[in-house]
Amino acid sequence: MNEPSDLYTQALAWLGKEATRPVEARDPVNVPMIRRWCEAMGEENPIYVDAAAAAAQGFAGPVSPPAMLEVWTMARFRHTGRSAEDSIPALVLFDEAGYSGVVATNIEQEYDRYLVEGDRVSYTAVIDEISPEKRTGLGIGHFVTIRYEFTDQNGEPVGRMLFRVLKFKPNLAQPAAAAPEAPAEFSHPRPAVTHDNAHYWEGIARRELLIQQCSSCGHMRHPPGPGCPKCQSLEWRAVKASGRGKLHSFVVVHQPRIPSLQYPLPVLLVELEEGVRLIANGLDLPEADITIGMPLQLDWVEIEPGYVLPAFRAAEV
Amino acid sequence: MNELSGKAAIAGIGATEFSKNSGRSELRLAVEAALAALADAGIDPAEVDGMSTYTMDNNPEIEVFRNIGGRELKFFSRIHYGGGAACAPIMHAAMAVATGVAEVVICYRAMNERSQYRFGAAFTPDVLPTAEIAHYGNYVPFGLASPASWVAMSARRYMHEHGATSEDFGRIAVGFRDFAATNPKAWFYQQPITLEDHQTSRWIVKPLHLLDCCQESDGAVAVVVTTAERARKLRQAPAIIRAAAQGACDDQQMMTSYYRPDFTQLSEMNLVARQLYAMAGIGPDDVQAAILYDHFSPFVLPQLEAFGFAKQGQARDFVREGQIARGGRLPVNTNGGQLGEAYIHGLNGVAEGVRLVRGQSVNQPGACRNVIVTAGTGVPTSGLILSSD
Repeated sequence: MNEPSDLYTQALAWLGKEATRPVEARDPVNVPMIRRWCEAMGEENPIYVDAAAAAAQGFAGPVSPPAMLEVWTMARFRHTGRSAEDSIPALVLFDEAGYSGVVATNIEQEYDRYLVEGDRVSYTAVIDEISPEKRTGLGIGHFVTIRYEFTDQNGEPVGRMLFRVLKFKPNLAQPAAAAPEAPAEFSHPRPAVTHDNAHYWEGIARRELLIQQCSSCGHMRHPPGPGCPKCQSLEWRAVKASGRGKLHSFVVVHQPRIPSLQYPLPVLLVELEEGVRLIANGLDLPEADITIGMPLQLDWVEIEPGYVLPAFRAAEV
Repeated sequence: MNELSGKAAIAGIGATEFSKNSGRSELRLAVEAALAALADAGIDPAEVDGMSTYTMDNNPEIEVFRNIGGRELKFFSRIHYGGGAACAPIMHAAMAVATGVAEVVICYRAMNERSQYRFGAAFTPDVLPTAEIAHYGNYVPFGLASPASWVAMSARRYMHEHGATSEDFGRIAVGFRDFAATNPKAWFYQQPITLEDHQTSRWIVKPLHLLDCCQESDGAVAVVVTTAERARKLRQAPAIIRAAAQGACDDQQMMTSYYRPDFTQLSEMNLVARQLYAMAGIGPDDVQAAILYDHFSPFVLPQLEAFGFAKQGQARDFVREGQIARGGRLPVNTNGGQLGEAYIHGLNGVAEGVRLVRGQSVNQPGACRNVIVTAGTGVPTSGLILSSD
């Protein structure tokens, strides 16, 4: 509907102007709301709800957590969203130009004093800053900063807040955000079991590390595969490894992270005394103690009930 | 020499901008790059009769083809193993035009690899009982789940055996970012780094710092391959495909060839280098510049060794002397590489190889008679020698 440059010019006309109508809190500062808020946020400081604890800190009575500053003046919750009279016209301007996405990016608050029971908070809000068009991970958009000034029933300032949102054109090249849902319980990544490697993973589940050995020429091989690269035989047997080896190489993973593992995470490339190498994690093996060539001994970790993986400890020399 | 040598040429190159959020579909990026490459060559899109890309590309050949106004598609091929494909579509295209199967082949790679999905994320594939997925079972459950981690294991052993240090990897990154800093098309244009920046950047997978790792980028690159004969009559000086090769060997794995006796070498790149030099009938002394695949800086060292610019384990000295940097004996990744320009799976490197041969690089080191271009390292790979006519 608007060229971006026209839109930006129009938006800039809102700078310094009232962002939305002034608002007075519907309820005075009160302990029941403070208690619910503290429970929801996991805030356990007793001075917010308990008169004696507050008195011990030199307060006349319970005080409101500073971060609740904006809570007192929040608009009524409506399933249908913000009412027309509570709207912020500068943001509506972006909505109508197709910048329909919104995400809060920054909140900065300053407090002049603790709010106490009976205080009634009001705010006025002005448009403080509007950025030129930016390319962001969410889409093309503008950052809009609104400055809120909070006062008490006497008109005295009690705090202020900078609230920044990104108004953006949703990037259609990106998959839609998944619907919010309870995160599925993470299960540790599992190997794909095939006809060719089933013996290996079944052995590990029994805490036996099995190496393939060619039935025809005796060549040992890993990772598992159907054919002998030395003599082309498809016949093989599984040999139980002694569990002794030495460190051939290693890394320490910082990123990316798999939720079920501890980071920083050393990962070892172990050369078994049978001559094959394999990847495994360390056990009781801090990074500072890891050196290439160090002797290692096989052990096991049960990463989830019934899901066992090989791991290696430093071995006595 | 080989029958393919000199029979085909890259006649046009095209690209979109390189960004972190293209704001449009990968298909559109592919179409934009293909049309730009055809315009660069001065070839009508209706003449395109072949297409080649990576198996990892999400844009079907036929979709790109119909959106550029193609008429009759007679040749299409795809190359596997991620960035290892970077040079192979050009090889396949060269084979197609040299044999008359096709005359004008577009090679392309288009990706929203930053804004739509993340190549750097932990790779936890659906557990399907296929050989390709079974491979990952040996690594991912142990937290070795990203390309950086797979490469870091080789880098650590290389350091142990040959005495290279993290600072040697850093010198490589500093040199590429220096070229990027003067390339207006590079994501890191005007943002050079120092060795100290490299050393203090956070660990991704030790021994790899953040600044050892390529970017995740949105963007597309396409090149037009036709016969050398036709290319000589077109708008741009041809980049003759003097040699092209693929390689996989020595107990090859997909980024985890930890089981070969000496995995500090890139055996597959040794194989590619040997074929390229034999096909072109030249050696390292005849090469003026190179584009060496740089998803992660450590693998630049064994590539220099594979192509004979240093003995095995000694490429660090070549780098310490500044030989791959601006003004060096063999300027490498004059576009800034994938560390500095963009990560378009190596096809942006092929385009820079063409610019070097034409004398059109923004960091042109002088006339380049022969330029080596390599594809992904640690994977089954490919390479080219591009030459001026």
